[in-house]
Amino acid sequence: MAANRFLVLSALVLLGVNVAAIASGSDGWSAAQLDELRSLSLSALEPVPADPTNRVADNPRAAQLGERLFFDTRLSADGKVACGTCHQPDRNFQDGTPLGHGVGVTGKRTMPVAATSRAPFLFWDGRKDSLWAQALGPLESKVEHGGTRAQYARVIADHYRADYENVFGPFPDLSTGLEAITRVFVNIGKAIAAFERRIEFGPSRFDRYVDAVTSGQGAAGIFSSDEVAGLKLFVGKANCTQCHNGPLFTNNEFHNTGVPGRPELPIDDGRLTGAASVVKDEFNCKSRWSDAPNRCAELDYLVTDDHVLQRAYKVPSLRNVAERAPYMDAGQFATLKEVLDHYNRAPVAPAGHSELKPLRLKPVELNQLEAFLRTLSGPVRKP
Amino acid sequence: MTTLQLNSTANPELKQLARILSRRASSRNRRLAALALIAAAVIVTTACSSAMMLLGTGAKRPAASEFGLGPRTSANGLYLATLEPSRAIRPRQMQTVRVSLTDRNGRSIIGASMTIDGGMPQHGHGLPTRPRMTNALDGGVYEIEGVRFNMGGWWEFKVTISSERGTDTVTFNLSV
Repeated sequence: MAANRFLVLSALVLLGVNVAAIASGSDGWSAAQLDELRSLSLSALEPVPADPTNRVADNPRAAQLGERLFFDTRLSADGKVACGTCHQPDRNFQDGTPLGHGVGVTGKRTMPVAATSRAPFLFWDGRKDSLWAQALGPLESKVEHGGTRAQYARVIADHYRADYENVFGPFPDLSTGLEAITRVFVNIGKAIAAFERRIEFGPSRFDRYVDAVTSGQGAAGIFSSDEVAGLKLFVGKANCTQCHNGPLFTNNEFHNTGVPGRPELPIDDGRLTGAASVVKDEFNCKSRWSDAPNRCAELDYLVTDDHVLQRAYKVPSLRNVAERAPYMDAGQFATLKEVLDHYNRAPVAPAGHSELKPLRLKPVELNQLEAFLRTLSGPVRKP
Repeated sequence: MTTLQLNSTANPELKQLARILSRRASSRNRRLAALALIAAAVIVTTACSSAMMLLGTGAKRPAASEFGLGPRTSANGLYLATLEPSRAIRPRQMQTVRVSLTDRNGRSIIGASMTIDGGMPQHGHGLPTRPRMTNALDGGVYEIEGVRFNMGGWWEFKVTISSERGTDTVTFNLSV
């Protein structure tokens, strides 16, 4: 009987410890799970990495010039489109529409800008390998800014000459031809990149929760029980952290998740095309316009020929995800509910092979995941 | 006791506890213990379920003793390799990893070449980059550049070594 009493007592103590843990706000996380939560917190975010390909990346005067250029509609064919037309600061630097609207309509969802300094590749298909090279793409796109590099170099000559020279040195003689024009054009991109790389995410309620629960102080009251359950699903059986990991909730890679195309647009190959493009891009890390053409590890060890790249798209950060519907590379899903439903069903990809497997989550679990995703909203900080 | 047995299968210790209890406890104690165990099992199972569910492909994570930077013997015993990362291996960072190569008696192997493969067995994907051997340094040390692991967890890092001794593969299990 003594052994029986001991066993009963042990079971009750075990139960008591668990109840006490929940009541104290530790929410029953294991040590390994707490480590994973720590890895997702903004507290774990490392400083913005250097960009040796842009020698003015961390020059404050370049950032100031870049900010003015970012909002200057003279850098467009019709004088009405700036970077900030689609990348709106009060909307997480995106526009809330399925497809971007410049001088025409693009085939892609406008991407948010915060923390993109940490992404080795830019655009949904990763066809650019630096922020400055990325910034040059829309400027020459027929449906975005729609102008020419010669036109933009003229805008700098006429309206920004002193600021330009303050950052980049003497303004070149544009009448000498394409070389001088392209030099100024590239420097527009480098100034805009200097501005963009200062745009960062501020802490969300999720970060407050993780910092509290991992410091042992207890996190009572910060998360609802649904939000805690959603976070457990997120790091657990919903497999979200397979791609959405680290403090920015992205592994910075490209994956085919079987997202349908838009009926009015051709099916594109995503990363398969993007990887081939970045290797031969006029403005890539190895190009003559780069300030560090010998330091291009991302290009040196790039995978360009794997079948998994077909229709793979960039894994976006999930920070502020609830603030920027619609979702996916062409705004295919209007709500987070639709996104979660897609991941739960894991339909066959329109091209290539989806990496998803059906999650078979119950409706209540999908609601919990959505509740958790909404805790990732926080401020976006710009200089 | 059916419910108790179902719940307790999640945890061997609880299962044993239940067995002892069902054999020896008085009926009143048994009811009480059953109730407590069910509740405890539910809570413990809930707390552990996230970790268990991560095992997506069914690949079984090797024992802790199988993890680490080496020295580790190649499949056919031709080589002994040790990884020397330029800094502690972290997720999402491009890294350079040196491989120190000897025979089983500790003699350095020079003039070898290496190719790299790997991935996450539990997730069924390979390496996100294509790392390459870029340098052969003195003393049987080789430099592998372009190594990146795009999430935390169990990764296999396979180094296939060729020299006049033959070709053989060392598989490292890394916990990133």
